[in-house]
Amino acid sequence: MNKLQKIFTRCCQENRAALIIFCSCGYPDMESSEQAIETAINAGADIIELGVPFSDPMADGSIIRKASEVAIRNGATLPKILDMAERLSKRHPETGFILFSYMNILYNYGLEKICRKLPEIGLDGILAVDLPLEEKEELAKPCQENGLHLIALVSPATPLERARKIMSEASGFVYSINVCGVTGVRDLQQQEIVEHLAVLKAHSTVPIAAGFGINDAQAAQRLSQIADGVIVGSAFIKILSGKGEFSQRLEAAREFIADLAKNVRRQP
Amino acid sequence: MMNTHYGIYGGQYVAETLMPALTELEQAYLEAKRDPEFHKEYQTLLKNYVGRESPLYFAKRLSQSLGGASIYLKREDLNHTGAHKINNTIGQALLAKHMGKTRLIAETGAGMHGVATATVAALLGMECEVFMGSLDVQRQAVNVERMQTLGAKVNPVSEGSATLKDAMNEALRDWTARFKDTFYLIGTVAGPYPYPMLVRDFQSVIGEEARQQCLDQTGRLPDQVIACVGGGSNAMGIFAGFCDYPEVRLVGVEAGGKGLDSGEHAASICGGKVGILHGCKTYLLQNADGQITDTYSVSAGLDYPGVGPEHSFMADSGEAHYVTVNDDDAIAAFDLLARYEGIIPALESAHALAYAIRIAADFPATTTFLVNLSGRGDKDMDTVRKFKQEQGA
Repeated sequence: MNKLQKIFTRCCQENRAALIIFCSCGYPDMESSEQAIETAINAGADIIELGVPFSDPMADGSIIRKASEVAIRNGATLPKILDMAERLSKRHPETGFILFSYMNILYNYGLEKICRKLPEIGLDGILAVDLPLEEKEELAKPCQENGLHLIALVSPATPLERARKIMSEASGFVYSINVCGVTGVRDLQQQEIVEHLAVLKAHSTVPIAAGFGINDAQAAQRLSQIADGVIVGSAFIKILSGKGEFSQRLEAAREFIADLAKNVRRQP
Repeated sequence: MMNTHYGIYGGQYVAETLMPALTELEQAYLEAKRDPEFHKEYQTLLKNYVGRESPLYFAKRLSQSLGGASIYLKREDLNHTGAHKINNTIGQALLAKHMGKTRLIAETGAGMHGVATATVAALLGMECEVFMGSLDVQRQAVNVERMQTLGAKVNPVSEGSATLKDAMNEALRDWTARFKDTFYLIGTVAGPYPYPMLVRDFQSVIGEEARQQCLDQTGRLPDQVIACVGGGSNAMGIFAGFCDYPEVRLVGVEAGGKGLDSGEHAASICGGKVGILHGCKTYLLQNADGQITDTYSVSAGLDYPGVGPEHSFMADSGEAHYVTVNDDDAIAAFDLLARYEGIIPALESAHALAYAIRIAADFPATTTFLVNLSGRGDKDMDTVRKFKQEQGA
């Protein structure tokens, strides 16, 4: 059993959803983001999405866009992020790690090269936001050759037939986008999302994780009743970008994630 | 599904949420292509509203002064709204209407595509929002007013470099959330498939007309077809008429800005490397980390860090040749055409003209160059004045 399977199996046995936290690497700087990820793991995150900033993040809302801009300005690069990822995965061998970025960043580094590198440094998967089914072959092939999960996405706009094809070819887990739009914190139509997740789950052999717009423990709690995992990104970054000393923001982030971790439990 | 790539270039590198929107667009376009009524509507508007066909004009005094090749100008500057952009916006807006969309969105840099989109939105009674970098909003105040006069809402985008690429990011984000009622009207042959195909098709009227006009006026095909390339829609439009004639040399002229070595340019093919942006794989200006870099050109319409994927393919295959012209040569060509022919060209078009001027003397008068005069230069008077002041000329 691979590491992601183990994580989802363990969560299932514990009668809860996996807690997946997205972090903008290099925000506000490399050292601070390493602390932030460390904090997230210690507070109960099961899987970390390591966001590699891109200058033109067309699928992101304002919170992650601003974080990306600051991270790039403060010198975040893919090689530095990979070094950080290696340290984190050594310290946390039970935690899942997914590299999360846009295709240009990965293509520029080299698709074969990144897919060889990630398993070597203990990472489990890769997600390219702008890589739909139609274009995935060039990344799926080296992923497969190196035992790396290529995380696929489905959205509420994805027709069921297409979603079934995506899920049948999926590896690791499927990222189900809660809303048609960009990342961010917002009020979700939770009932519709729950219904959509139920349909997906009925057709999927891999775990389904729900993300986009989850901004509090209540939303996480509701979606955890059906999703195999819940993904929180912008709400976490928003706390990290708040006022006050970074150590205080880190503490607020720790409390937020610990609260989420309690709320991903399923009701009997 | 048609072939969505040009060799390794093109494709549909978008978030999953946009895929159904692209599929819907492709199907609607392929249906419209087979629909004689759609063609009739499009052709009628091109004739009666845009004023096509646009003339082919022999620039006799300019050619004689250079003492070389005969330079012919395809006068897209005489179109309604002053540039080739309207050919595409009419086609796409009609398509939007057929699809039952009620709202048009567009990105714009210098504002010409924004004006052309606002124009067709007014013509067809559709809602219109244009995304424009906040820097460009300041630099192109007149075009902002034109769009507003035409009833469009202009949304300034202040993130990133606050220019065209950021406006395109924001338009894509808007479309991701609202594609049910909204049609994204892309202004150039870039973006995800099917945009490069449909923008090329709607602009190919330039090349089709020009080929026939060359045959009528000179009795033969031109030796070289020269057009400026930012995203590359006017170039792809005029090249389209000559792709089946390998004896015709196709030349795309990129913005060399202050020179390729200076790093301050917008020459994606001549000075960039392959990457993925705004839904397609193509040549891009980017740094060693894969971050898209700021571009520079005196001509705002060429100021884009990417280029249409078919151009990237044609550059690699040798079907077309790509060169650069720097700011100062473009400005000199701008002046020269005004003085010798009484035509003030857009600074974008002046780049194509400058290349023709550069090589004209190497050829006899029996050689013909066809230059796409893609737009008129009224919008550039301020820019040219400031450029000359800075140069101390």
